[in-house]
Amino acid sequence: MIQLDDVRKVYQTGEIAVEALRGVSLTIDEGEYVAIMGPSGSGKSTLMHILGCLDVPTSGEYQLAGEDVSAMDEIELAEVRNRRIGFVFQQFNLLPSLSAQRNVEVPLSYGGVPRELRRQRARAALDRVGLGDRVQHRPGELSGGQQQRVAVARALVTDPALVLADEPTGNLDSVATEDVLRLFAELHDQGRTVVLITHEMEVAERAARVILIRDGAVATPEVAS
Amino acid sequence: MSWADIIANAWDAIRTHKLRSALTSLGILIGIAAVVLTVGLGQGAQQQVSKQLSALGGNLLIISPGSSTTGGVRGGFGSASTLTMADATALSSKTAAPDVSGVAPIVQGNNESLVNGATNWTTTVVGTTSQWASVRGRTVASGRFLTAADETNAAAVTVLAPDTASQLFGPIDPVGQSVTINNIPFQVVGVLTSAGSDSTTNLDDQAIVPISTAAQRIVGGTNRTSVQSIYVKAASPGQLSAAYQEATTILQYRHSLTAATTTDFSITTQQSVISTTSSVDTTLTSLLIGVAALSLLVGGIGVMNIMLVSVRERTREIGLRKALGGTPSMIRRQFLSEASILGLTGGMLGVGLGVGAALTLPHLISNPVAISVPWILIAIAVAAVIGIGFGVYPAARAAQLSPIEALRSE
Repeated sequence: MIQLDDVRKVYQTGEIAVEALRGVSLTIDEGEYVAIMGPSGSGKSTLMHILGCLDVPTSGEYQLAGEDVSAMDEIELAEVRNRRIGFVFQQFNLLPSLSAQRNVEVPLSYGGVPRELRRQRARAALDRVGLGDRVQHRPGELSGGQQQRVAVARALVTDPALVLADEPTGNLDSVATEDVLRLFAELHDQGRTVVLITHEMEVAERAARVILIRDGAVATPEVAS
Repeated sequence: MSWADIIANAWDAIRTHKLRSALTSLGILIGIAAVVLTVGLGQGAQQQVSKQLSALGGNLLIISPGSSTTGGVRGGFGSASTLTMADATALSSKTAAPDVSGVAPIVQGNNESLVNGATNWTTTVVGTTSQWASVRGRTVASGRFLTAADETNAAAVTVLAPDTASQLFGPIDPVGQSVTINNIPFQVVGVLTSAGSDSTTNLDDQAIVPISTAAQRIVGGTNRTSVQSIYVKAASPGQLSAAYQEATTILQYRHSLTAATTTDFSITTQQSVISTTSSVDTTLTSLLIGVAALSLLVGGIGVMNIMLVSVRERTREIGLRKALGGTPSMIRRQFLSEASILGLTGGMLGVGLGVGAALTLPHLISNPVAISVPWILIAIAVAAVIGIGFGVYPAARAAQLSPIEALRSE
C-alpha cells in the first residue's frame, strides 16, 4: 500500500543544506493503523508532507497504492491527494462560512463529482461520524470535537486509500480526544489504512504499530508493539 | 471542478466579506456610472446640436448672386442682381430638381423702422414666400404664416419673430394688431416660435413680409424681380449634394453659362458649421471619458488591492483547498471569478446608477442626456475586464502558494 525506499529530503536555506530526512524506508500495508511518533525537529512533519503528497522527496522512491509519487508534478500531486488521501489536521481547517455538509463536499467538488451525488456522499460521511443531525451547522456552531469529526468525515468522503491525521487531538480536551480516537479505531476496524502523526505517547499507543522517527530516520524499524 | 462550483465558491467568499466586497465594487460602480453619464451627456449634446442645426437648415443650400463690377471695382459675392424670382420658380420644379423640397427667395431690408404707436424698433425685414417657414424649419406660435394669396396680392401683412414682437407689443398678443414699416401700415398676422440664433444673426429678431410687398413697397430698387438670395432645402441631408448639383445645373442653364469658371452665383451650405460644432463636442466628450477612465483605473486598483489582502488573509484556506485536491489552475480561477464578480457587480450597479442619473438629470439641468445601449454594454464588459485584469496578479499569487507553507500560516 505505502512503500518508502531510502527517502531523503534536503532543504536548501541559503548556503546551508538541512537534511530533514536521511534515508527513510518503511512499508505500511493496507488496513494498518500506524502511529508515527517523534520529538519536534525529528523530521516527522517532513515525513508527513511526503506521505501526504504535499511535497516530493529529494531522492528515493515513494509508492502509494501502486503509483510512483516521487516524480509527479504539482497537478498530478493535487489529483493524487484528492483521490488517494484524506487529511485530518490539528487545526481542523474547516471553512468557517460553509455548513458541515458543504465542508465535507469540498474534496468531492475538486474531484468533479456531480452536485447531487456529492450531497448524498457528504451526508453519508457525516452520518458515519455521528453528525447526521448537524449537517447544516457551521463550524462556529459546533464544539471542537464535533468540528474534528466533520474533518474526519471530509477525509473519508472520497473513499481514500490512506487517512492521514496530523496531530488530530492536539487541540482537543480529553473527552473529545477519546471521541476522535475511538472514531479512528472504528475506521481501522472497518479496514481503512490510518496513519496518525503525534508526539503524545497515549495517542500513539492506540495504534496497532508505532514508528519512531529520530534525527530524520526510522529509530525503531518495523517493530510491532 | 466545474465552472458552476468555482463561481459558487467565489460567491461564498464574496458573501462572507459583505462590507469589503461592497466597498470594492463601489470603486467600479462610480467609475462605470461616470462613464455612462459622461458619454450620455456628450451624446445628448451632440444630438441636440445636430437636431437644432438640421431644424435651422442642416440640409439647406444658400444661393447668392455673383459679383458685379462697377467702374473697375469688383463688388464681391451678392453685389450683382443676377438672381430673380423666375430662378426661384425654376428651382421649385419637381422634374428638374427632384431632390429639392422647398425654395424660399429672399429680399431683405436690414435697418427698417417698425412703429407701434409710441414704441419703435429697428430690425431686419425679410420679404419671402410662404415656403420660407418649412425651408428654415420655423413654426408660428400664434396666428398664421404668410400664404400664397398674400404674395399674389402683395398684401400688407407681416409675421413677427418673438423678440421683435415683445419689443413692439410687450405682453400684448400682437396678432391682429397694426404696425408700420417705413410708415406703411401692416397688419400682424402671426408670431414665430423662438429659434435662438445662428452663428451670425439673431433668428428671433426679424419681421417677415410677402416678397412681392417687400420688393414693391419696402426695399424697392430698379429691378423689382431680382432677389438677394434663395434658400433651397434638400429633401434630406443625404440628398444635399444632389440638390446642389441640380441647382447648379438649372441656374447655369437659365443664366446661359457654359463653364463653371464664369458662374454669376455661389452656393454655400451649413455643413461646415455642423462639423465644427461636432468636433468641439467630440473633444469635450473625449476629455470627460478620459476622466471617467481614470476613475475606473482607480477602481480597478482597488479591486487588486482587496484581492491581494484577501489572498494573504485566506492563505490557510488556499493551503487547505490545495491539500484537498485543488490544482493551481482551480485556485486561480476561483480568485479570478471573485475579482470579476466584484467588477461585474460594480459595473451593473454603476450602469443602473448612470442610467438613473441620465433619466433624472434632464429634469434638473437643461442638458439632454442620451442613454446609449452599445455604450452600456461596453461599460459592463469593461467592468468585467477590469475585474479580471486586476485579478490576474492576486490570483496568480494564490495559485503559486505552496500548500505546506500555506497550511502552516496563522
